[in-house]
Amino acid sequence: MNKKQFTLYSKKVLEHFQNPRNYGKMKNPDGVGKVGNIVCGDVMYLYVKIGKKKNGKEYIKDIKFQTYGCLAAIASSSILTEMVKEKTIEEAIKINRSQIVKRLGGLPPIKMHCSILATDALFEAIYDYLSKNKKPIPKFLKERHKQIEKEKKEIEKRYKEWIKLEEKLSKNEKEK
Amino acid sequence: MPKQIYLDYAATTPIDEEVLEAMMPYLKKDFGNPSSLHHFGQITRVAIDQTRKKAARFLNCSESEIVFCGSATEANSLAIFGVVKALQKKIKKPFHIITTKIEHHAVLHPFEELEKQGVEVSFVAPNKIGIVETKEIKKAIKDNTVFISVMYANNEIGTVQPIEEIGKLISQINKNRKQKIYFHTDAVQAVNYLDCDVQKLKVDLLTLSAHKIYGPKGVGALFIKKGTPIEPIIYGGGHEFGLRSGTENVAGIVGLGKAIELVEKHKGDTERIKNLRDKIIEEVLKIPNAKLNGSRENRLPNNVNVSISGVEGESLVIALDQEGIAVSTGSACSSHELKPSHVLLAIGLSPKSTHGSLRITLGRFTTEDEIDYFLKVLPKVVKRLREISPF
Repeated sequence: MNKKQFTLYSKKVLEHFQNPRNYGKMKNPDGVGKVGNIVCGDVMYLYVKIGKKKNGKEYIKDIKFQTYGCLAAIASSSILTEMVKEKTIEEAIKINRSQIVKRLGGLPPIKMHCSILATDALFEAIYDYLSKNKKPIPKFLKERHKQIEKEKKEIEKRYKEWIKLEEKLSKNEKEK
Repeated sequence: MPKQIYLDYAATTPIDEEVLEAMMPYLKKDFGNPSSLHHFGQITRVAIDQTRKKAARFLNCSESEIVFCGSATEANSLAIFGVVKALQKKIKKPFHIITTKIEHHAVLHPFEELEKQGVEVSFVAPNKIGIVETKEIKKAIKDNTVFISVMYANNEIGTVQPIEEIGKLISQINKNRKQKIYFHTDAVQAVNYLDCDVQKLKVDLLTLSAHKIYGPKGVGALFIKKGTPIEPIIYGGGHEFGLRSGTENVAGIVGLGKAIELVEKHKGDTERIKNLRDKIIEEVLKIPNAKLNGSRENRLPNNVNVSISGVEGESLVIALDQEGIAVSTGSACSSHELKPSHVLLAIGLSPKSTHGSLRITLGRFTTEDEIDYFLKVLPKVVKRLREISPF
């Protein structure tokens, strides 16, 4: 490929797409975040294992992702895992999409939502860990969780026909 | 450095060397305005008329039935809005028009616009293998139907529509009608491979494009059968029999003429391309959970369209691009509107299957080596993306 001709995506995006970090399913994760919707074409699963540092703070000991989506979605998930691995929970939830976009060397405007999907998957995974273990959940995470749930419902409402169709057809496919 | 393999001929084709050569004088010394009376103008006027002759011969119509436009999209708009406008003036009563659910946006959106303006429109569905059956068109026809547009070959799944049969049906129906039904076909994808004799097809209007047949971008043409009521949609100096004002794109039109000539010359290549297509279909379907979209038999000799589960189309296209292979997808992510392909949805694919669709289209310069390389790379790329995917 002639590198000069390809300008829509940065080198970094293409590199992460070609060699994604920390992908695959995790066995016995402490928390899982699942965001996106197959009908829209992007689904992201994020798994975390939580450890404790010497000072008693909890941190992301291991992290893995599985993504079905475009290369911006895959690159965003990959770089996110790199950015938050070994970080304390406190630090990790401060991550925002503009940090991801910056680290990726930019994303085309139409692909910005992919970076949000990545941070949301992380927030949901940490929320899952904290709530499963009955630990205090920071206000920001609670609010974001509520928002994500709300958006999920909105998407389901917006794409109701398609989701019904998807379910019907995949059932048919299985029956075959 | 990986090879550069272009397998997206349905999107556009490279300009044939002979076409470029034919165009060059009109980009340089023969720059005159065809409307000018002096010899600069005369030279370019003659050049345009020569293309008109070639197009007329190719379509088996008369020269005065060919109008050159700025693109096939424009030609489609002229056909649809132009005829409807003329009929509205003539008929004065509400009427009904028909198209299909698998048209290119250049036909679909004009019909949707007319629907918004209050015209009654039927969008006929294809069957599961992507063919709009003649009996479905017949069912949709009402007493006040006046215009029907059905594409000749689909740009995404390559399915060939029964235009000749529909043409016959319509001319039969027209025998018993005072107000006849006008029949248009968008033949953009068909020109390279299918018979475009308008007498045989019994069409009143037919659209073609230069850049899909190894000609330049920015030129389309519309065949308009003599006697078809039509009004211009662009107003100005009255070029092209008053139907398409604007100084002619002389070099482009000359390029179209040469390209049409070459289509006839290369007709013998169809079998070779078809064999390559069949090889791809056979091999790609060996990938687990890969499915062919559209009819196996009734499709263009250069089109393969498959859905591969567990991979998203845009990712697949970019991953292949990184290996030097250019193909296309009907995935939502790839479109301007973030909507999955209306064609794949219309033939009953689930949104998930549309996201994983891949279109491979071959052409004049495709070699067997290129196909072998593609078939070697594709399974590897699919495997890699499936490893990243949750399902």
